[in-house]
Amino acid sequence: MGDFLNDWGLSIPTFLPIIGAAVMLLIPKDREHLHKLIALATTVAVAVFGLLLLIQFIDNDNYGALNFVVDKGWIDVIDSRYIMGVDGISLPLMLLTMLIVPLCVIYSWNHFPEPHNPKAFLMLLLILETGMIGTFAAQDLILFFVFFEVVLLPMYFMIGVWGGENRRYAAIKFFLFTLFGSALMLVSFLALYFLADASTFDMRLLPEAAAGIAKSSQVWVFGGMFLGFGIKVPMFPFHTWLPDAHTEAPTVGSVILAAVLLKLGTYGFVRIAIPILPEAAAEWAPFIGLLAVIGIIYGALGCLAQRDLKRLVAFSSVAHMGFVMLGIATLTDFGINAAVFGMVAHGLITGMLFFLAGSVKERYHTLDMSRLGGLLVQAPRMGWILGFCAMASLGLPGLAGFWGEFPAILASYNPAEVLAEETFRSYMVIAALGTVLAAGYLLWMLQKTAFGTPREEFVNDPHVHDATASEYMAWAPLLILILVLGVYPHLLFGATDPAVVNSLSDCLDSVTSGACFDAAAGK
Amino acid sequence: MLSSLPSIVGFVRPDIDWHAVAPELTLLGVGAVVTLLDIVLLERGRAYTSALAGIGLLMALIPIVTLAASGDTREMFGGAFVVDDFALILKAMFIVVAYIVVLLSTNYIAEGDYWENEYYGLLLASVMGMVLMASARDLVTIFVALELLSIPAYLMAAWRKADPRSNEAGLKYYLMGVFASAIMLYGMSLLFGLAGDTRLAAISTAVTEEGSNPVVILGIIFVIVGFAFKVSGFPFHTWAPDTYEGAPTPVTAFLAVASKAAGFVALMQLVHVGFPDAQDVYQPLLWILAVGSMTAGNLIALRQENIVRLMAYSGVSQAGFMLAPLAVAGDIGEEALSAVIIYVLIYAAMNLGAFAVIIAVARRTASGAISSYAGLFKYAPGMTILMSVFLFSLAGIPPLGGWFAKFAVFRAVVEADTGWGYSLAAIAAVNSVIALFYYAKVARMMWFEDTPEEADTTSIRVPPSLVAALGLTAAATLLFGIYPAVITHFTDGTLIALPY
Repeated sequence: MGDFLNDWGLSIPTFLPIIGAAVMLLIPKDREHLHKLIALATTVAVAVFGLLLLIQFIDNDNYGALNFVVDKGWIDVIDSRYIMGVDGISLPLMLLTMLIVPLCVIYSWNHFPEPHNPKAFLMLLLILETGMIGTFAAQDLILFFVFFEVVLLPMYFMIGVWGGENRRYAAIKFFLFTLFGSALMLVSFLALYFLADASTFDMRLLPEAAAGIAKSSQVWVFGGMFLGFGIKVPMFPFHTWLPDAHTEAPTVGSVILAAVLLKLGTYGFVRIAIPILPEAAAEWAPFIGLLAVIGIIYGALGCLAQRDLKRLVAFSSVAHMGFVMLGIATLTDFGINAAVFGMVAHGLITGMLFFLAGSVKERYHTLDMSRLGGLLVQAPRMGWILGFCAMASLGLPGLAGFWGEFPAILASYNPAEVLAEETFRSYMVIAALGTVLAAGYLLWMLQKTAFGTPREEFVNDPHVHDATASEYMAWAPLLILILVLGVYPHLLFGATDPAVVNSLSDCLDSVTSGACFDAAAGK
Repeated sequence: MLSSLPSIVGFVRPDIDWHAVAPELTLLGVGAVVTLLDIVLLERGRAYTSALAGIGLLMALIPIVTLAASGDTREMFGGAFVVDDFALILKAMFIVVAYIVVLLSTNYIAEGDYWENEYYGLLLASVMGMVLMASARDLVTIFVALELLSIPAYLMAAWRKADPRSNEAGLKYYLMGVFASAIMLYGMSLLFGLAGDTRLAAISTAVTEEGSNPVVILGIIFVIVGFAFKVSGFPFHTWAPDTYEGAPTPVTAFLAVASKAAGFVALMQLVHVGFPDAQDVYQPLLWILAVGSMTAGNLIALRQENIVRLMAYSGVSQAGFMLAPLAVAGDIGEEALSAVIIYVLIYAAMNLGAFAVIIAVARRTASGAISSYAGLFKYAPGMTILMSVFLFSLAGIPPLGGWFAKFAVFRAVVEADTGWGYSLAAIAAVNSVIALFYYAKVARMMWFEDTPEEADTTSIRVPPSLVAALGLTAAATLLFGIYPAVITHFTDGTLIALPY
């Protein structure tokens, strides 16, 4: 079993969903139940595989290094290889993906958004899953790029076909923004390939091979990656696609966007941009930190101005991803651990909030918070779950959200030595203010929707009922994880820390001690 | 008495390597048979012509395979006709493209009121010109190949005789084509005057020796501009939209893929073999052409309402991408050719596929308006998925084939490691985003919009030959994207045999 997993453990779950989609393609559209079953079976099989991977990963007991490495030829002429592997940074994110997708299938079981068509919807979901898992597993820049792009098309169609009123605009905006970033990112990858000492796209070798690149070039190459990843995160000036995409996307689309797609950007920073180009990262870090704190405040203020529940949650994503980016910008292993935790926590919590927003919309046919109210009266269990998630989102200690935000703020008190301490300490103060604002808008949202008495128009509305069985089944795993990770964060930190230390430490140490800079200055 | 004639005029027949010219001769033979069949069988022969043309094309692949297997480079006529890997790859591509065009034409030509035998005869003649072009390493051979491939195409563009727009298409194409030929011929005469020889090898020597001579510079510029017409590069693209729209759609597909590729084949040979040392002249010129084509083509494409015109402008933009590696060819040498060949091959698959869908859908809607695609997903999901595959492949979205084509171009221009190269990469990156917008516009029509009330929404019946064309192009588009090694296997290494 161990050998099998070590050889095939990543390829099978990556490509299983696409096989499922291919099978569905051959079955006529009107056999809806069969389509649902195939999709569920495929995604659950992937999740079970993920569990086996986790067990084997613990058994291998080598969290810091890459596990389950596969290294095969792919496009020899450009030295791009099929290299897959996971360590403590990518495994949690991959498992999160494997968990979220089957939950999405369960959630949409009986309520597919208009225009229905479960076959197409579920096929897109499966293609998405392949892209997401592949991105977290790829250890070759070109392979990474391909998977990174594979997610665009299904999401575009998901928003455009099954979305709300303004879906056409939102879908194309999402697509164009992301593609713009990734086109420049590809140019950066190529520049890296030609400038580095070794002609390779292998992420394992590049940190060493890229050390010899002149610093001025490094800064430019990092700039291309910054655009690619920063737009995906999204960071402050590039965030405008996010509220539109989230608001218009169908519930499942929003959940996947929030829970996984945004993480592809931050993951790119942690996995690619910083380890390969640490010197350039140090140059860019104050700027990234600045954009991150602007994002925190801007996102929070944006939330306070919203009338639409879903749009509010979308803006809160901008703020939360600001904390993640702040953690990354400190360039300390503490900050980056916090960032990885923040990614997972945000995935769980915001994913949950989008599920809830979707369920509210289904019951009230509106997300206008001025028309909502009294959820606790009409659907008490759902109201309490919303309350729980709002608490988790505002960073209440004991729930998962806390461990993403608090250490990120703490880390910016003491950033890597090459970074200006005063700058980051002022960022810290601003970020801390952001948490207060977060509490403000989340509690305000809770008051508007859950508290009070129901509006007259909904009092006797038969559509308004408490959570259904499929909703419970979809939500329970997320709620449990939010609580468990909140109470015992070591579950995650234990895995991420060795990996962060291992994959970033060489360079972070040298950045911290200034060795990289001495070497650069000596050139 | 006749036998003594050669000795009188001093003519000795050059050695002919019959194996090397076998592809051309096969096409010539089949073309002649197709034309003769019409004379002998009259109407009764019509049913077989398209099948015969298809089989003839596949037969022409046989000598290409045997030539590739024999492995050595063959030269004839003092180096004017060369069969090397470069020539073989492109000959194979032209023949496969022509085969798919035959598949696209079968029903279109049979169901309209058109002459069939002449159509396929001209098609085969045009393909013969393209196949010859891939081996031409001599100004006169290049010119003969160009005219051989163009003149039948002028006729085919006007094949819908009853429709004035088709006449306009043919006439416009003819006038612009002849104009371009004239410019090119003038450039060639300048180069010949200097070198005293028409072979590219001799031209290369002369260009190296007289690098700064204005005659050389003028000659090179004229020759390149002449081919810029052929590949519909900006600002020499103006014939393309009208010709594409007016010509029968299978002919449009042929012009958009094969004829354009032939132009690039000639450009590659000229740039790489003919004047490799004149990079100061041709690099900036091609840089401007590349940037102009990709930008102008894209911006105009944004406003198109007709699918064929959209494809025409998208073709202008794609030509810009194909020109880009040539704009750094002096810095990176053979790599530039590989990038262009990769792009041309992948472009052929995805663009032919898109035209196959356009032909299939037009059988139902009888319209070229993009709005006629509204709600296609509801009643023709298969067509919609295929069209999306081709369009997003053209936009360069992985894992569809187009991404690797774009990647090869980016790789080439970044490899040059010059300001020209990096700026070209950045401009190309921005342009690939703009291009997505109009490709996605068509996708949006098909997927997101509702079917118009009055539209006939029974499923579309697609004839078997179109199904075959769609299957081949879709499989190739996906395969090239997921496992690009199937292409790079052929394009890697030294392709073109340099005479020096």
